Amino acid sequence: MQAKKYILPTVILCLGLLLPQLLDFFGLQYLLSLATRALIYGLAASSLNLILGYGGLVSLGHAAFMGIGGYTAGILLYHVQEGSLISVLLPSASLCNSALVAWPLAMAFAALFALVTGLISLRTRGMHFIMITLAFAQMVYFFFTSLDTYGGSDGISLYGRNTLPGLDLDNDQVFYYLCLALLLLFLGLMHRLIHARFGRALIAGRENVVRLQALGIAPLGYQLSAYCLAGAVAGLAGALLVNQGEFVSPEMIHWTRSGELMVMVLVGGMARLFGPVLGAIVLLFLEEYLAMYTDHWMVIFGPFLILVVLFGRSGLYGLLFAGRQRP
Amino acid sequence: MLVFEQVLNGLQLGVMLFLMSAGLTLVFGIMRVINLAHGSFYMIGAYVAATVTARTGSFLLGLAAALPAAALAGMVVEFLILRRLYHRDHLDQVLATFGLIFFFNELTRMIWGRRPLFMEAPSWLSGSVPLFGGLQYPVYRLAVILVGILVALFLYLLFSRTRLGMQIRAGATNREMIGALGVNIPLLYTLIFGLGTLLAGLAGVMAGPLFAVEAGMGDSVLILTFVVIVIGGIGSVRGAFIGAILVGLVDTLARAFLPALFRLLLASPSSADRMGAALASMSVYIFMALVLSVKPAGLFPARE
Repeated sequence: MQAKKYILPTVILCLGLLLPQLLDFFGLQYLLSLATRALIYGLAASSLNLILGYGGLVSLGHAAFMGIGGYTAGILLYHVQEGSLISVLLPSASLCNSALVAWPLAMAFAALFALVTGLISLRTRGMHFIMITLAFAQMVYFFFTSLDTYGGSDGISLYGRNTLPGLDLDNDQVFYYLCLALLLLFLGLMHRLIHARFGRALIAGRENVVRLQALGIAPLGYQLSAYCLAGAVAGLAGALLVNQGEFVSPEMIHWTRSGELMVMVLVGGMARLFGPVLGAIVLLFLEEYLAMYTDHWMVIFGPFLILVVLFGRSGLYGLLFAGRQRP
Repeated sequence: MLVFEQVLNGLQLGVMLFLMSAGLTLVFGIMRVINLAHGSFYMIGAYVAATVTARTGSFLLGLAAALPAAALAGMVVEFLILRRLYHRDHLDQVLATFGLIFFFNELTRMIWGRRPLFMEAPSWLSGSVPLFGGLQYPVYRLAVILVGILVALFLYLLFSRTRLGMQIRAGATNREMIGALGVNIPLLYTLIFGLGTLLAGLAGVMAGPLFAVEAGMGDSVLILTFVVIVIGGIGSVRGAFIGAILVGLVDTLARAFLPALFRLLLASPSSADRMGAALASMSVYIFMALVLSVKPAGLFPARE
């Protein structure tokens, strides 16, 4: 039983590691960018899973963090490429261009935004929380839409990606492996967190705040830290996505993007470590293939989603691995 | 005079938001269900009105067709899907109604195509009237404000003076008790939902001549409606009215005057315009954050 537990993750991991070679072998290289995007959305959906699945905080504004991270990386890249440096802030072009500077900055800005909005929105519960997170995300959306310097609502196209010493990020396979590594790193961190005091308190806050408080634990600190961590990781995912597509636009922050992240978490399986990654993969590939057959794929996808909500509460992960209780 | 004109514009946006938020806040407050698809009924109202008006040439016939269409669509959706979600958590409601948005947006694209429809105000409401001080104001916009105020009055009378209103208020307070007293709760809920979507449809019809009628038109209005409801206090129709007027005024006045204000403060006019425009588009949300930091449950929280 104990050994069986590790079979599936091992198989999936091997598949993930060998995927670029497999795609090469079957002549399906064009799928690599889709797979990379699936990993990036998997990272973003996993970060949402931390607060939504484990913390029970129904945030409908998660795309805002992706957008802030994406724009941070995108704006830095844009200035390097235009040759117009934000010289006051950063002394040299190579520094601006470096992933070691841009990505932590992306995470920091996203985390800062999460801290400020979290302080306001975590005072509320239920419907209020949903709508406030949505409203804050809209605020970010309109902010970036009004930035004429950076393309307004059209966004900006970038040429090339950030640089990382020792790795050629412009190589799609290298970039794929980097995304995979970052995703696994975060999943590992989340696994540790959930089984530590932090995760227990977070889950208890989802189940019953009053009891948690009666035990002498204030949920707010845990929820706020989880909110900031999730925001930072979504910011990283945003920076990765902008690097991958070499394009950034407010479309990234549109509120339906936040909804899609929620759908990934639900379809994959809430409060399951690998669930949202599975959800992201299924959703992106479904979109790609349904769109091939009909322009109107959403007319099928909408009712499918309703059916999943009404009858498939535990998600794909629960369907595949019935019997395992979610923590 | 410019200020007065913009105040009227703000009021007009405000009453349209009120029509949207009145139905939504009832559904939130009474059924405790979060409905993202409310904007879809606004869209249905606009599309049906635009189509019927174009075919028959009569705005009133378009209105007469759109209202039952929106109400009927709402009641069918409530009967088929939403009533299964009343006892689920908000996450399920969000996701299911998110699926509904996909469905309705794509369905309108399949039926009416991707190109937006245009709808004209009826001839008897076109043109403008002189108000005091030489100000000319479009009749249609004045009519929108009037309709909004009449609806607010109607809702007030409905809730405070009629038996149905009493049952609705009682049902919000204690569902089991009023059910035990012989009121058909499922039917009552379906009716409330239909009333809400009818009002959303009415807002859609009135928006028709002002904005383009296109798939997804309800989505942006929906978010402003959420802001209204959060500011007003979930479940309170009075709060929705005050919140809607405030949001309409803040949004319109900020868009009209913030760029000019920044020009006074900043040296370069182009960056002043840019900052003003950026801040104006965020003004409603900043306003909401301010209100919530003082009153987390909104201005007129309904009793729990």
